Formats: sequence, C-alpha cells, structure tokens
Amino acid sequence: MSDVFPKWTNRLPMLLLVGLVMAGTAVVAGVWYYFTPKYTRVGYQPIQPVAFSHALHVGQLGMDCRYCHSAVEESWYSNVPSASSCMNCHNQVLKDSPKLDLVRQSAATGEPIPWVQVHKVPDYVYFNHAVHVRRGISCVECHGPIHQMDEVYHAQPLSMAFCLDCHRDPASRIRPVDKVTDLEWTWNSDPAIAADLQRVNGEKFVHDWNVQSLQNCSACHR
Amino acid sequence: MRYFVLAFVLLVFVVVSIAGCRGGLSRRPPVELFADMDRQPKLRPQAVNRFFGNGLSSRLPVPGTIARGAPYQDLPLNTGREPGTTNFVTLLPVPLTSGLLARGQERYAIHCAMCHGAAGDGKGLLAKYQMVGMANFHDQRLVAMPDGEIFNTITHGKNLMGAYGATINPQDRWAIIAYLRALQRAHLATVDDVPEPARAGLNK
Ligand code: HEC
Ligand code: HEC
Ligand code: HEC
Ligand code: HEC
Ligand code: HEC
Ligand code: HEC
Repeated sequence: MSDVFPKWTNRLPMLLLVGLVMAGTAVVAGVWYYFTPKYTRVGYQPIQPVAFSHALHVGQLGMDCRYCHSAVEESWYSNVPSASSCMNCHNQVLKDSPKLDLVRQSAATGEPIPWVQVHKVPDYVYFNHAVHVRRGISCVECHGPIHQMDEVYHAQPLSMAFCLDCHRDPASRIRPVDKVTDLEWTWNSDPAIAADLQRVNGEKFVHDWNVQSLQNCSACHR
Repeated sequence: MRYFVLAFVLLVFVVVSIAGCRGGLSRRPPVELFADMDRQPKLRPQAVNRFFGNGLSSRLPVPGTIARGAPYQDLPLNTGREPGTTNFVTLLPVPLTSGLLARGQERYAIHCAMCHGAAGDGKGLLAKYQMVGMANFHDQRLVAMPDGEIFNTITHGKNLMGAYGATINPQDRWAIIAYLRALQRAHLATVDDVPEPARAGLNK
C-alpha cells in the first residue's frame, strides 16, 4: 500500500498552504497597489495635437492661468482656450512655424483643435471649479505643478478619497485667493514656518470665509 | 517547492516590470475598472458629441438670438458709445471705487501686462520674443483718448492687437480702463504731487 502515495505527499498540505498564502498575499498586494486611481490615472500624459507647453508659457513667460482658462473663476467648467486666444500672440510670434499650423488653421476655419482631455471625473460626480478657486484652493492641489510641465500629465488621483481628504480638513490647503494661480507660492521659504503659518491662517480663513466643504454624499453626487 | 518559489518570484517580477510603479508617465488612457456609469451620453462642454452633425457640444448661438444675461442693450456700459450714436463715451459709465481699481489692477496683470508692461510703457516681456508694436499708454494720443475708444479696442481688438471681448466681461474691461488711467496719471506725476514730508525719501 505504501507505494500509492510517495513519501513527499506527506508535505503536500503544508506546501499547498504556504503556496496559497504567498499567492493570496501577492494578489491582495497587487490589487491594493494597482487597482486604484493612484496607479490607473496618475501619470496619464496623452500626446496633444499641438506641442503646447505650460512650462514655456506659464513658467517662462509668466502668464496667468486665467488669461487662457478664463472661465475658471465663474463657472464649474474650466475652459480650454480657443485658437483665437493663441493668435493674439502667435499672429506675430512664430508666425510661420509649422508647430502652429493647426492653431492657425483652427483660427481661420473655426474648427476646434482636438485637444485630448486629461482630467476627467466620472459623469456621476458633480465638480465645480469656481467654488474651489474662489475660496483659495489652488490649481496645484488638484493638477500638480502645471507650470513646470512641457506636456500636461495627470498628477493627482482625483479619487473620492482624494477629494474627501481635503474636504475633511480644508484648513491645511487653503491660501489667499489672489495666490490661487501662483503655483509656486508658499507662506514662507522655510517649510517648518510655512506649515505653522498654514495652520494658523488656514483656520482663520475657514472661519472668516465660512468655508463649508461638505462631506455629505449629495454634495458631489447630485 | 524550489520551482514554485522560482516561478512565483519570476511572475511577480514580470508583473511589476510590465505594470510599473504608481505615478509612472504613460500615453495610454486610464483604465476604468468598474465603468458602470462613468461615461454617460450627456452633453459636456467642449467635448465631442455625435448628436450634432459637426460634433461640437458647445453650440454657437443661433443667428438672431441672444443668450440670457448677455450684455446686448445699447448702453455705454456694453458698447462704450453714446446710445444711438457712434460717438465714444469720454468717461467711465460705472462708479469709480477703490474696489474697481483693485479689480482692474488684477485683471491688467492677467490680460495686458505681458504685452504692454506692468507700467504700461509697451515694453512687456513679449517684446523680447519678436512681438512688436505694443502701444505705450503714456503716448499723448492715448492719454487723450476717450474711455469708450479704449473699451472698443479691448472688445474688438485693433490692427495687431487681438480682441478680448470674449474673455473679459464688460465690467472688468471698465475696471482695466480705470487702472490704465491710474497708470497714466502716475506717469505724469511731478514732485509736487508727493506730500511734503515724504519728499525727502525720494531719490531724484
Ligand atoms: C502671451 C503671448 C502668447 C500666447 C497667448 C500664446 N503663446 Fe505660444 N508662444 C509664445 C512665445 C513668446 C513663445 C516662444 C517663442 C520663442 O521661443 O521664440 C511661444 C511658443 C509656442 C510654441 C512653440 C514651442 C516650442 O517648443 O518651440 C507653441 C507650439 C505654442 N507657443 C503654442 C501656443 C498655443 C497652442 C497657444 C494658445 C493656447 C499659445 N501658444 C498662446 C507666446 C504666446
Ligand atoms: C497660453 C494659454 C494657457 C495658459 C496661460 C495656461 N494654460 Fe492650461 N492649457 C492650455 C491649453 C491650450 C491646454 C490644452 C492642451 C494641453 O492639455 O496641453 C491646457 C490644458 C490644461 C490642463 C489639462 C486639461 C485637461 O485636459 O485635463 C490643465 C490642468 C491646465 N491647463 C492648467 C493650467 C494652469 C494651472 C495654468 C496656470 C498655471 C494654465 N493651465 C495656464 C492653455 C493655457
Ligand atoms: C479641487 C480640485 C481642483 C482645482 C483646485 C482645480 N481643478 Fe481643474 N479640474 C479638476 C477636476 C476634477 C477636473 C475634471 C473635470 C471634469 O471631469 O470635467 C478638472 C479639469 C480641468 C481642466 C480641463 C477641462 C476640460 O474639460 O478639458 C482645466 C483646463 C482645468 N481643470 C484648469 C484648472 C485651473 C486653471 C485651475 C486653477 C485656477 C484649476 N483647474 C483648479 C479639479 C480641480
Ligand atoms: C484642496 C482642497 C479640496 C479638494 C482636493 C477638493 N475640494 Fe471640493 N471644496 C473644497 C472647499 C474648501 C470647498 C468649500 C467652498 C465653499 O465654502 O464655498 C469645496 C466645495 C466643494 C463643492 C461645493 C459643495 C456645495 O454645494 O457647497 C463640491 C461639489 C466639491 N467641493 C466637489 C469636490 C470634488 C468632486 C473634488 C475631487 C475631485 C473636490 N471637491 C476636491 C476643497 C477641496
Ligand atoms: C467631495 C466629493 C464627494 C463626496 C462628498 C462623496 N463622493 Fe462619492 N465619489 C466622488 C468622486 C470624485 C468619485 C469618483 C472616484 C473615481 O472615479 O475614482 C466618487 C465615486 C463614488 C462611487 C463609485 C465608486 C466606483 O469606483 O464605482 C460611489 C459608490 C460613491 N462615490 C458613493 C458615495 C457615498 C455613499 C457618499 C456619501 C457618504 C459619497 N460618495 C460622497 C466624490 C465624492
Ligand atoms: C498679445 C499682446 C497684447 C496684449 C495681451 C494686449 N495688447 Fe493692447 N496692443 C497690442 C499691440 C500689438 C498694439 C498695437 C496695435 C496697432 O496699432 O497695431 C496694442 C494697442 C493697444 C492700444 C492702443 C490702440 C490704439 O488706438 O492705438 C490700447 C488702448 C491697448 N492696446 C490696450 C490693451 C489693454 C487694455 C489690454 C489688456 C486687456 C491689452 N491692450 C492687451 C498688443 C497687446
């Protein structure tokens, strides 16, 4: 009888157990690490039809976001500028550059430039730019260092947890309203002092402006 | 057992090297894991919508119609001209307050300063980038120009300057003009405008 099952099968239950634990851990770790917007969205950098660079226009030329994204303070939606805004300068600057062919064509015909949208919340989420921007929440909190990007990429997860982290504690992120589009702005060049000032002033702003960053479901799912 | 561990390590290695780390740059659009109602066939601004022939979801107004709230009346506030005529108004049709000036200063910095310069002398940053002809606001002609004509220039553009009517609302255009006047006034200032006690601090 002893030949039917060889000796090593005695260790089989043990081996199976160890194997399953390892595989289970790997699957859980994999799902935890990869099945989240921190992985699926962050870093998305589509190829845009025109090689427009925020690093050049904002970082180097010092343009304000609102010159182009002019509706961001008034509406829920932050518009991407029309080609005619580009032509305000590019009717003289790089007037014949092939890099701007599409812009010139669009300005002449009215056919929009097919920019690829990078940031997109699901359609069942209600988001609003104006409420945030007018209450001192800077673009950098949700879009990252746009002023250094040659090509825009998705820098923050924009998941529900991300939104709620701030809605639970806006005082740690809020800043003076006129500094919202100044992405490099800090309270102080020394991070420790800046953190203290943020705490003190943040709480003051939240109180003075009566900031109510709602956490009930119907605020964002309406 | 040894083979199992080897295969396991290899598998983990392959998965990690294909999938990469969080935050790595990628050209591929994000995967939507449970895409149940993520994308609904509703209208979103500036997105392609096949419901319309040319795919534009942000529709242009039908000819002969005016959007609600749009500044359409023939008032100095909206046109910069005396009602019923083509004459430009000489003075601001809005009350001049310190709030208006502050708003104007902010809007000037956003929309005008890179061309006309922070001081309005036509030497903005873009002068270094092949941009020419930016007007100097301290020009006698522009100092004497009626407010309404500057309003018209901002709204519709002029020669080499583009139109800003679509991105700056009328109230803000008047605010910018008020600030522009303040710049011109500051440029024309003399020592006599400085209060007596402060004059010592000036380096002439
Ligand atoms: C305030 C004026 C201004 C506006 C508005 C503007 N640009 Fe530019 N743009 C510049 C200047 C200045 C340069 C640099 C020219 C140089 O390097 O000599 C530039 C360069 C570029 C380049 C070439 C970059 C390269 O790698 O050489 C592209 C492409 C471009 N702009 C696209 C755009 C688009 C698209 C828009 C509209 C959304 C726009 N620009 C709006 C001033 C402007
Ligand atoms: C010269 C005009 C111009 C200025 C100034 C400008 N942008 Fe943009 N922005 C664009 C254009 C054109 C696009 C679309 C192309 C792209 O994604 O690169 C864009 C795209 C973006 C996007 C990505 C939109 C998406 O599809 O999700 C963000 C975020 C953004 N801009 C933020 C900013 C911020 C923040 C600032 C100020 C620091 C700024 N922009 C200043 C023209 C401009
Ligand atoms: C509280 C977070 C937050 C802040 C602050 C914020 N944004 Fe956004 N932004 C978003 C989200 C979320 C989206 C995607 C919206 C959507 O799906 O339509 C977005 C989309 C955009 C887009 C792309 C719109 C499109 O459909 O192509 C632009 C451009 C943009 N933001 C610019 C800005 C600028 C400029 C500022 C600062 C003045 C700013 N945002 C501040 C969260 C934010
Ligand atoms: C960095 C901080 C911050 C982040 C990130 C943030 N919010 Fe907010 N949000 C605020 C603050 C502060 C307010 C309150 C503004 C006020 O008091 O008017 C607010 C208000 C809102 C409101 C208006 C609620 C109402 O009806 O009064 C909505 C909707 C909203 N946020 C949605 C979102 C969504 C969706 C996201 C994620 C994509 C998000 N927010 C991310 C700070 C943030
Ligand atoms: C601050 C805004 C905000 C609030 C408040 C909020 N949500 Fe969300 N919710 C979001 C955003 C943004 C997403 C999209 C997340 C994503 O796409 O990664 C989301 C997604 C979801 C989803 C879909 C998840 C999925 O992946 O399919 C559910 C379910 C949900 N929320 C339920 C709730 C409930 C229940 C509440 C109240 C307790 C709530 N939400 C409150 C912003 C919010
Ligand atoms: C992209 C660069 C640029 C920007 C931004 C710009 N301008 Fe100009 N502006 C010009 C140029 C170029 C001229 C010269 C036009 C000509 O006579 O050919 C000009 C001329 C003018 C004139 C004189 C018009 C005349 O009758 O001779 C006024 C007034 C003026 N601009 C006001 C403004 C105001 C106010 C703003 C901000 C809202 C502004 N400009 C923004 C480039 C610019």
